[in-house]
Amino acid sequence: MNVAGHGASVRIESCGKTFADGTRALDPATLDIARGETLVLLGPSGCGKTTMLRIIAGLELPDAGGKVLFDGKDVTSVPIERRNVGMVFQSYALFPNMTVAENIGYGLKIRGVARNERSARVAELVALTNISGLENRRIDQLSGGQRQRVALARAVAIRPGILLLDEPLTALDAALRDRLRSELNRLLRALGITTIYVTHDQAEAMELGDRIVVMRKGAIAQIGTLRDVYFAPKDRFVAEFIGAANIVEAPMEGGDLVLPGGRLPVSGETSVAKAIAMIRPETIRVVEPGRGPLSGIIDTVSFVGDRQRLVVSGASTRPLNVDAPNTIQARAGDRIGLSIAAEAVRVLPSED
Amino acid sequence: MSQKSFVWLCLLPLAVVTTAFFLLPMARLVVVGAEGPHGLAGYLAILAESRYRATLINTVLLAAATTIVTLIVATIAGMFLQRHRFPGRAVLIALLTFPLAFPGVVVGFMIILLAGRQGLIGDLSNRVFGEKFVFAYSIYGLFLGYLYFSIPRVILTIMAAVQKLDVGLEEAARSLGASPWAVQRDVVLPALAPAFVASGAIAFATAMGAFGTAFTLATNIDVLPMLIYTEFTLAANFATSAALSVGLGLITWLILALARSFSGSAVAAAG
Repeated sequence: MNVAGHGASVRIESCGKTFADGTRALDPATLDIARGETLVLLGPSGCGKTTMLRIIAGLELPDAGGKVLFDGKDVTSVPIERRNVGMVFQSYALFPNMTVAENIGYGLKIRGVARNERSARVAELVALTNISGLENRRIDQLSGGQRQRVALARAVAIRPGILLLDEPLTALDAALRDRLRSELNRLLRALGITTIYVTHDQAEAMELGDRIVVMRKGAIAQIGTLRDVYFAPKDRFVAEFIGAANIVEAPMEGGDLVLPGGRLPVSGETSVAKAIAMIRPETIRVVEPGRGPLSGIIDTVSFVGDRQRLVVSGASTRPLNVDAPNTIQARAGDRIGLSIAAEAVRVLPSED
Repeated sequence: MSQKSFVWLCLLPLAVVTTAFFLLPMARLVVVGAEGPHGLAGYLAILAESRYRATLINTVLLAAATTIVTLIVATIAGMFLQRHRFPGRAVLIALLTFPLAFPGVVVGFMIILLAGRQGLIGDLSNRVFGEKFVFAYSIYGLFLGYLYFSIPRVILTIMAAVQKLDVGLEEAARSLGASPWAVQRDVVLPALAPAFVASGAIAFATAMGAFGTAFTLATNIDVLPMLIYTEFTLAANFATSAALSVGLGLITWLILALARSFSGSAVAAAG
């Protein structure tokens, strides 16, 4: 089955966006996306991720000086209808006056593809997205998950060079979202189209992205692979936005963080007098009281099945979240020791 | 008192009013229509007699033309006004919808001021071509008048419908390669169809039955409301005017019913 599109490479060059009323939605940003790569734009609402997607799509013009290049060709002034991009909208934006098959085939019809070829292509996509039997349904007769599939099928039917997805799973309930996320992942890998995926959900970003662009207040906070962003966040915002993080603010002394519950060795940057450090909950080990560099008292224990989340006070300036194995016996009020590898304590740049 | 009889009691005022002021006069009208010298055949006369038939056709054509032109003008204006923000927009909308406040007589008066014997257009054409161009007292003047007070209603309906349009639909169509024209044809106009039917039906019904404007312009314009008036007051032909009234009501009602079946229940009665 020939469903793979020809992925194009994308480069945006110092693209910023200021709206007519003067609000700055996006600071000038430069970004390279390799052919066939899935890049996730991740950030809270209002961070500029959708604006960046719309600039790439051709729905917004970047401020003067900004450039969008597809496969090295400047497409900044090319309108969306001639950019050959597939787009999936958060609201799906399916045409209510057309059936499922007509929706999927619309882009081909506009391109003047003959009816036979068109219906063959539609059938191919219907099979690929698991919506067989719905071809002649009206849009209002579909469930949310089915609509999402139709929107995706319609977007890839035109064999776009670039697939743009704007929070495609946000409108669905949690269970369906999880299922469709892995389905989407399989599809994107099979299609091999360059994909840019906007979301505020870090679980989606983790599962789908080859690389993640974390955005905040109209600027790129960090670009990197999942591991980079998770283990080596550039700043406090990224650390807290991706995964769970304990942020510890404490004075440094001789390469150690000086905490109420003990001194914690830190590797790397140790010259500052006062540090902000990140410790992931799963990197903290629970040990016998008196062992390990830190000690504290368990405040609460929440058993979540595969692990248990302890909140430990007295060890740091603020209560620490600790992910402990589900096998250890822990009760609120117990005094415990905590051990953390020096590499797991990441000192973050201080904030201005 | 049971729940059921309470509900019936509450409906009593409605029933009384409906009977007294709607059903009884309607029934009387239908009966009067059949009380002429030809009996029930009086109803046939409104179709059979050429003068009546011509007037009927004239009226329907006038109403249809008003509806179509109104829809075209108001759709473009409504879409523009809803989609663009510019200084003076609020004033322009207020100005455009101002005719809603005018009764037909005033609209007729304004048409005379524009295209009557002393009108602006006549003055201008007199200076330019040496000939007074006067069309206020004809069916064209009436057409203009109907346009004048149909357009505001339709603009408001279209603006409301455009506001509810999902901009994403147009962006999706464009992303699939649709040109601006194709977007209008395949996405926007189909989405506005219910609003067209609803507001078009109102424009049609208004143009079918409006009397004030026609009466102000002239008494010799061949439209149904004028015919009913002359038959009734001048010729004292009660049976024919009743039959014509019933005919006018039926045609208009039929059009509204058709429109309603197309667009759900968005069609309100026309003024």
